[in-house]
Amino acid sequence: MAVVELSNVGKRYPGAESLAVEDFNLTSEDGEFVVLVGPSGCGKTTTMRMIAGLEEHTEGAIKIGGRDVTGVAPKDRDIAMVFQSYALYPHMTVRDNMAFSLKLKKYAKSDIKKRVDDAAAVLGIEPLLDRKPRALSGGQRQRVALGRAIVRQPQVFLMDEPLSNLDAKLRVDMRAEIVKLHRKLGVTTFYVTHDQTEAMTMGQRIAVMKDGLVQQIDSPNTLYQHPANLFVAGFIGTPSMNFLTAEVSDNGQALSGPDFQLATDGPRRSVLADHGQTQVWAGIRPEHLHLSDSESADNRMQGQVEVVEPLGAMTMIQVLIGDTRVTAQIKPHQMVAMGDTVTLGCPSDKLYLFDKDSEMTLHGIDIGQSDAH
Amino acid sequence: MATRAIRSTVKTRQRQLGKASQGMISFLLIGPAVVYLFVWMLVPLAMTIYYSFRNYNLIRPTFTGWAGIANYANVLADPDFLSAFINTLVLVVASLILTILFGLFFAVLYNNEHVFGRNILRTFAASPFFIMPVVTGLIWSNLMMNPSFGLLAALWRGLGLVPIDFLAQFPMPSLVGIVTWQWTPFAMLVLLASLSGVPEDLKEAAGLDGAGAWKTFRHIVLPQLGRPLYAVVMLESIFFLVIFGQIYVTTSGGPGTATTNLPYYIYLQAFSAYNIGAASAGAIFAVILANIVAIFLVRMIYSNIQEEA
Repeated sequence: MAVVELSNVGKRYPGAESLAVEDFNLTSEDGEFVVLVGPSGCGKTTTMRMIAGLEEHTEGAIKIGGRDVTGVAPKDRDIAMVFQSYALYPHMTVRDNMAFSLKLKKYAKSDIKKRVDDAAAVLGIEPLLDRKPRALSGGQRQRVALGRAIVRQPQVFLMDEPLSNLDAKLRVDMRAEIVKLHRKLGVTTFYVTHDQTEAMTMGQRIAVMKDGLVQQIDSPNTLYQHPANLFVAGFIGTPSMNFLTAEVSDNGQALSGPDFQLATDGPRRSVLADHGQTQVWAGIRPEHLHLSDSESADNRMQGQVEVVEPLGAMTMIQVLIGDTRVTAQIKPHQMVAMGDTVTLGCPSDKLYLFDKDSEMTLHGIDIGQSDAH
Repeated sequence: MATRAIRSTVKTRQRQLGKASQGMISFLLIGPAVVYLFVWMLVPLAMTIYYSFRNYNLIRPTFTGWAGIANYANVLADPDFLSAFINTLVLVVASLILTILFGLFFAVLYNNEHVFGRNILRTFAASPFFIMPVVTGLIWSNLMMNPSFGLLAALWRGLGLVPIDFLAQFPMPSLVGIVTWQWTPFAMLVLLASLSGVPEDLKEAAGLDGAGAWKTFRHIVLPQLGRPLYAVVMLESIFFLVIFGQIYVTTSGGPGTATTNLPYYIYLQAFSAYNIGAASAGAIFAVILANIVAIFLVRMIYSNIQEEA
C-alpha cells in the first residue's frame, strides 16, 4: 500500500512534436481507487504504463510510496498490473501463473502454496488451479489475472481496461467484484478505462483526460454536477449533455437561439453579467428536460421529434431544436411519435454555462480542484 | 408415428448416400497425389529392396541370381560402413546443435528492435540458405579453406601463423561448419517468425512479476518456441541425413573415410565399386536409420502437443 505521486509528469515519444501526456499532476491517497478515463488516444494508458515503468516518463517525477522511481525497472517498483489481454502465461497452469512472481522472489514452497491458495479462495478459482489458461473462459481468465496480481501483495495495482474483453453482463458483475476486492485489500489502485459508466461506478476519484491533458480530477458526483469544461460535461453521463449556442440578452436575464428561449436564475444571471460575452454554450442534461405544455413558460425549446427510443423505465427522444439535435429523457407513459412538434422545458437551476471560445465552465470551478471525497 | 419413422429413415438414407458420394469425391481429389506418391516413392523403395537381395555388380555382369542376405552381411562386415554410420550421426547431431544455438542467437538478436539496420542484416543472415549445397561446398573449399589461396589462409598468414588445411586436418569439424553455415539461417528464420509472435504484454507481465531479461527469455519466451524448435529439429535431421553435395565437392568423403557418411558410402558402393547389390543393402540401412529418427521425433512432437493441449 502506498501513495502514488505524479508531479508534472509528461511523455514525449522520440521524434514526436507534441507530448503524448502533458503536465499530469495527481497524488493518490493511500488505498484510493483512481480511475483514468478518456477517449482512445488521450494518454490514459501511457500514463499508467509510465507508473508501471513500461514506458519511461520524459518530464516530471513519479513517486511510489515516497520513492522516486525514475529509472527504476518495472520489476523493482513493487506494482502489479492486470493487462487488457490478461497476458497469462499460456504454457503454465493457473497455479504456476500465480506463483511465478513468488518463485522468482525465492519464497518457500509452503509459503507460495499458501498465498496462491488464499488468493484463489478470495477469487473463487480454486477448482481451476491445475488448468491451463486456454481451458478457461474469459471471465475465469480475468479472475486468474487478478489473482496473479493480488498474490504478490504489491504496493499498487494497475489495471488497464481489464473488463473490455468481457461480454456486457459479465462486465457488470466483474465491475462490482473488483470494487469489492479493492475494499477488502485496500491497495492503491489505478484503473484505466474508456467507459465512463465503469469510471463513475468504480472510481473514488476520476481523472478525465483528453489529448494528453487532464481535464478534471474529482469524485464521480463532482464530475457530474460541476464539470470543469465542455468536454467533461459531454463525456460524463449517458446520454451526453446537450449543448446549444445561445445569445445572451437582457444583461443575462435570458438565453436564446433558434427555436429556444431560456430564462436564467439569480446566480446564473450574475455569472453571465460578469462574463459579459454575447454568446455562450448552454448545457442541459437529458434527464433535466421534460415535456412542457405551456407555450408561455419561461424555458422552452420547440422542435420536431426525430427519434423515439422506448427503454421501458423511460423513453429517450431526440428533438431538432434549430439545427441542434437535443436528447431528452421523458416518462414512458408520455406518448410522443416521430414527427410530432413538442415543447421541452427545463428548470433554470439545471443550466450549465460554458465560455464560447475556451469552453471552460462559467460556474467558477477550476480544473483539478476537488470538493468532495 | 409410422410415417414419421419412414420419413426419418428416408432422410438418414439420403444422408448416407450423400456421405458416400462425398467420400467418392474426396477419394478422386486425393487420388492423383496418392498415385504420384506411390509411383515415386514405393516403386523405387521396392526396387531397392529387390536389388539388395540380388547379385548385381556392374564389373561382373554375368554374375547374377539371388544373393540371399550376402549383401547385407558384406555391408555389415565392412568397417567403412560402420564408420559411415558413425560419421552420419556425428554430422547430424553436431550440425543440429550448432544450427539451433546459432539460429536462436541470431533470431533473438534480429528480433530486438534496438539492433541498428536489422532488416538488412536479417536478409544477409538468411542468404546462405539460398545457396545450392554444391556451390556452398565450392565456396568453402576454394574461397575460404584453401590452404594456399583461401581467405582463412590469408588471415592466418596475416597473423603470422602457418595456414591450416582445414579440410585435410579437421575434415569433420570443417564439414560440420559448412553445414552449420548453410543451415543456421533456416533455424533463424523459423525461430524469428515464432519470436515475433510472442505477445509483447507477456514479456511485460513477466517483467512486472520480477523477471529480468534472462529469466523472461528462459521462462516465458523459450517455452513458446517449443513447437517451432521441434519442427526445426525434425526437418533439419531429415536433410542432414542425406547430405551429399557438400561432401562430394569438398573432401570426397576423405581423408580416408573421415567424412564418408551413409549417402556417400552408398554412392561409393554404387558408382565406384559398381556393386549395386551392396549399395542397395546400404540404402536399406539408411532408410531404417531415417525411420528410427523420424519415429523418435514424431513421438516426441506428438507427446509435446498432447501435453500442451
